[in-house]
Amino acid sequence: MKFIDLDKWSEIFQSIQKHKLRTGLTALGVFWGIFMLVVLLGSGQGLQNAIELKFKSDAVNSIWLYGGTTSKEFNGLPKGRNITFDNEDYEVIGEQFPEIENLAGRVFLRGNLILKYKDKNLSFSVRGVHPDMIKIENAIIESGRFINDEDQRQRRKVAVIGSIVSKEVFEDEDPIGKEILIGSTAYTVVGLVLDVENDRSQREIFIPISVAQVVYQGNDDIANLAMITGDMKEEEVAELETGIKNLLASKHQFHPSDVRAIYINNRFEDYQSFQNLFLGIKSFLWFVGLGSILAGIVGVSNIMLIIVKDRTKEIGIRKALGATPRSIVSMILTEAIFITSMAGYIGLVAGIMLLSLMSGVKSEFFLNPEIHLGVGVAAILLLVIAGALAGLIPALQAAKINPIVAMRTD
Amino acid sequence: MAQTFSMIELKNIKKAYKTDFTNLQVLKGIDLDIEEGEFVSIMGSSGSGKSTLLNILGILDEYDSGKYTLAGQLMQNLSEKQAAYFRNRFIGFVFQSFNLLSFKTAVENVALPLYYQKINRIERLEKAMHYLEMVGLKEWANHHPNQLSGGQQQRVAIARALVTEPKVLLADEPTGALDSKTSSEVMDLFEDIHQAGKTVIIVTHELDIAQKTERIIRIQDGLILNREI
Repeated sequence: MKFIDLDKWSEIFQSIQKHKLRTGLTALGVFWGIFMLVVLLGSGQGLQNAIELKFKSDAVNSIWLYGGTTSKEFNGLPKGRNITFDNEDYEVIGEQFPEIENLAGRVFLRGNLILKYKDKNLSFSVRGVHPDMIKIENAIIESGRFINDEDQRQRRKVAVIGSIVSKEVFEDEDPIGKEILIGSTAYTVVGLVLDVENDRSQREIFIPISVAQVVYQGNDDIANLAMITGDMKEEEVAELETGIKNLLASKHQFHPSDVRAIYINNRFEDYQSFQNLFLGIKSFLWFVGLGSILAGIVGVSNIMLIIVKDRTKEIGIRKALGATPRSIVSMILTEAIFITSMAGYIGLVAGIMLLSLMSGVKSEFFLNPEIHLGVGVAAILLLVIAGALAGLIPALQAAKINPIVAMRTD
Repeated sequence: MAQTFSMIELKNIKKAYKTDFTNLQVLKGIDLDIEEGEFVSIMGSSGSGKSTLLNILGILDEYDSGKYTLAGQLMQNLSEKQAAYFRNRFIGFVFQSFNLLSFKTAVENVALPLYYQKINRIERLEKAMHYLEMVGLKEWANHHPNQLSGGQQQRVAIARALVTEPKVLLADEPTGALDSKTSSEVMDLFEDIHQAGKTVIIVTHELDIAQKTERIIRIQDGLILNREI
């Protein structure tokens, strides 16, 4: 048998041409199924992308430690003592708990400092942070770099500014490499950072914590400590929390059960709930996708049944003229597969075109709609196979019935 | 008569339509000989079994017992594929309701049986054109069946039946859907085909149609009554 039977194809093309309604209905069913699948899955992905970006900064498995005031007497010490972290705490925690992925401390400079650049005098809040803070805050470096270990060690006067700071101070200028005055100290801007969480965090200026401690505080106090616990399970996070608390309790001499001596903000639950939200969106997308595919399969199968019924008389005539059952089945299936795969392909292309149009839409809840090409192709394949199977059974039956009986149908 | 060769030989053909509740014996033992080149009509009232007989002759239906020999070959226990082969090569069928494919033109309809002989399209259409010309419809080759009169459609169907150069031409009430003038034109065409040497068998219930053939075989209640010349 020839692989490409031109005569067979010209028969099929004629049949397609002369039965525009039938062809159109089949094609529309498949087209619509694939089109809707692509558009729904794609916009669902857009929703997911937007939500992931919006909540990305919160979706980190992290623990925050804040100093407090003791509420219990301990080892002969009175209550009411302030607990403040320092560089030693930072180092000891890092040494004792190597499972912590990222650890950073932060100090807040008292009040807002005046930033001077050229003729501009603006007030922003300034934070001294360890290099790892960028990971914990989960912010994006828009240009340049964040504070690094060298800056920290050498107490370089470098600053990383938020995007609003950049806009207000530098307007259209590139801030990287520019000299600014913060208070009375000169800093070089090395990076521009974007934290999508809120506007406030984009009005901040970051400098190395070592600089902040020396220049502005005159001590090695750390206002709070933060760490990323990565993929740790709930129990592991809880264990780590207790471990740190006990360590700090013995170092700072407070009762381990004193809940006011230090405050611990464990974001595991937030993290977990965002993971659940993402999972929820993903399952919903799958549900929608499978649903529309299923609807497509039912539609195509129905049309195939009707087509075979519609062609019974033709089948009878062809058989009376000498068509073998195999040639009948092959004719019906080839035509069906051709129409469904063509329509599926067009649906895929049209869907992707609409998605690319929609990607122009800028919204808080919509970002970069996309679909994996493999998913689209698999969906078409599924519809084509379903259509072929749905056509195969009645086609086999129709090819078997007596031509006389078949010709009598109208 | 010169040398005669038996084209169709039926021996004690029986056929019943069985349902769950009834067993309708349609053919009760048909013996029949038709020689090559004969022009024969099978006559009978409706329900006599004449159409069933024709369908068996045309390998469109199976028989329960007996023997059917067509051009020296026994037609028994044929697979679907074999049946399709004999239908295509040995038999040209003409139906009362023409049974043309409405989405194909006249010439494409005529060419269709050749498609199942794997003859290429150009040759198919050439041959089909030749037979359309023979039935006087060359000018109508590119018309669709719904643009043709009943008589024209039946002539297209006859051209289609002849295009494979079959051994036997079988016609089931070929004039049943036509007026008397057109009927007689169609019968003249059958006469021409007979004159060209083809074996032609026509099933009809109209005597004036039957009388145009050389031999009338009367069938009643599933049995052949008598033979007339």
